[in-house]
Amino acid sequence: MGKTFARPESMSLAVTHYCPGCTHGIIHRLVAEVIDELGICGRTVGIAPVGCAVLAYNYFTFDFQEAAHGRAPAMATGIKRVRPDLTVFTYQGDGDLASIGMGEIIHAANRGEKFTTIFVNNAVYGMTGGQMAPTTMPGQRTTTSPFGRNVDDVGMPIKVAELLAALQTPAYIVRQAVLKPKYIVKAKKAIKRAFQYQLDRKCFSLVEIISTCPTNWGVNPVEAITWAEEKMLPYYKLGEYKTPEDV
Amino acid sequence: MSKVLMKGNEAIGEAAIRSGCLNYFAYPITPQSEVAEYLARRMPEVGGVFLQGESEVAVSYMIFGAAAAGARVFTTSSSPGISLMSEGISYMAGAQCPAVFVNIMRGGPGLGGILPSQADYFQATKSLGHGDFRLLVMAPASVQEAVEMMMDAFPLAEKYRNPVMILGDGLIGQMMEPVEFPDSKKTEPLNNDAWATSGLDTRKSDTRNLVKSLFLDPEALNNNNLLLKSKYEQMKREEVRFEAYNTDSAYNVLIVSYGTMSRVCRTAIDSMKADGIEVGMIRPQTLFPFPEDQIRAAADVTHCSVVASIEMSMGQMIEDIERSVQGKKPVKWFGKCGGDVPTPEEVVA
Repeated sequence: MGKTFARPESMSLAVTHYCPGCTHGIIHRLVAEVIDELGICGRTVGIAPVGCAVLAYNYFTFDFQEAAHGRAPAMATGIKRVRPDLTVFTYQGDGDLASIGMGEIIHAANRGEKFTTIFVNNAVYGMTGGQMAPTTMPGQRTTTSPFGRNVDDVGMPIKVAELLAALQTPAYIVRQAVLKPKYIVKAKKAIKRAFQYQLDRKCFSLVEIISTCPTNWGVNPVEAITWAEEKMLPYYKLGEYKTPEDV
Repeated sequence: MSKVLMKGNEAIGEAAIRSGCLNYFAYPITPQSEVAEYLARRMPEVGGVFLQGESEVAVSYMIFGAAAAGARVFTTSSSPGISLMSEGISYMAGAQCPAVFVNIMRGGPGLGGILPSQADYFQATKSLGHGDFRLLVMAPASVQEAVEMMMDAFPLAEKYRNPVMILGDGLIGQMMEPVEFPDSKKTEPLNNDAWATSGLDTRKSDTRNLVKSLFLDPEALNNNNLLLKSKYEQMKREEVRFEAYNTDSAYNVLIVSYGTMSRVCRTAIDSMKADGIEVGMIRPQTLFPFPEDQIRAAADVTHCSVVASIEMSMGQMIEDIERSVQGKKPVKWFGKCGGDVPTPEEVVA
């Protein structure tokens, strides 16, 4: 009997440092599978963010750069402008992309930079220990919103996919989740389309992925998935916000 | 090759192209915006990359990304813009990426002014960003010298895998002088297969490359910093540049001055010489590494009774001069830092 399931060649043998129940591992695997399927491992450069995925480069087998907090889209711009033949993606969390790096992502998207962004939204700062993010849900308790996010004080959470889709230039903007297999299948399709658009249509693509953080949410992994489905998905609606056909 | 009359900022842009650098990212700021304006037209003519970034912060990472991917790349800015770029420059030094940063200095602190200044001496030579690192800093005193330093800067950045800074001032950027671009200074980038993230396929390699400045293990971080230190020590041994003026006379005063300020000093020295007063000058062309030994030797002659640091800043370079002279002679300061360049008459006085 042949092998039906194996580690993607774009994934390394390293054991990840992620917490139990964290969904980064799933997303890493989806990215690696897509890169294998497209046969682009030898001409791909990934950019790791600051945050929980700062060590993401340990888990892939192709070239990688490490950015400062929020600056990955600017680095990707630099690579892609001087080496348009490379396939480039940034892997960023919500504190990284939607807070300190909001300027970089908006301008890179608006210039139509020809790279792909994997945006992992788990509504909290992970690496620094569970502080409030721009995507933290109303009333959600974090270490810097101990009484729950007060939207009168700090506003409503930012919907990144909708915000970027409002720009005319970006071509493929989509939000999916990795909470259950039915979501994961769609997330992989979105990631593959995003890379395919980069290769074929030479356009900017972003996949926002609703994710969990049991450790910093203070719940077990199963409760985290339930919470994300019940609290996050009604606010962060899944689907394609923009496709190249719209542009 | 014949000479052409060019504005300093435009000549800097052209010098990069002539040296073999066809990638430029920048953000506009007075008094160096002419570099971007010139290259916005010129880069398409030579098949190069021109991009106006959304901020100096973003530009510094465009430079970082491009350099890490193995491209020869540069940017230009002025004082407040360099402060914003300092974040990316620190990351580049830590990750050992070569690139050229040009600072056409204006007055500070804060918004300061838009006129020439040398107020970023400390920033350029001591602490351009967080962490333990240095840049190789070259300071041109003419448009021609700015051209030649630009053309030398790229191979030096690649030799050390470290950012290099050209530290000019608003006058160097704005004035027009005849220049030529020596063909002999055109260079090919060094092979960077060992470290650049150029894509596994293009290197025909099984070993992937990783460009990063994060070392969580204390021993690994210490080792990285020791490696960086060894490069800066090598710069001190191999890259010191300076010019001596009127030091074959029995000078009573030794001036140390650089950039635009040194040209005013030269005029002052000539006029004093006509009056029978001998003054010598050491002009550092590299500010890091600093010509310590040469200044000490020039100060340590019997006819020299005092050393003068003449700078368009409030006493910054004087600290390096004092360190060089090692107390053998008194060191005085003269300078102005409002934007108007001190006149020869003020220097004489």
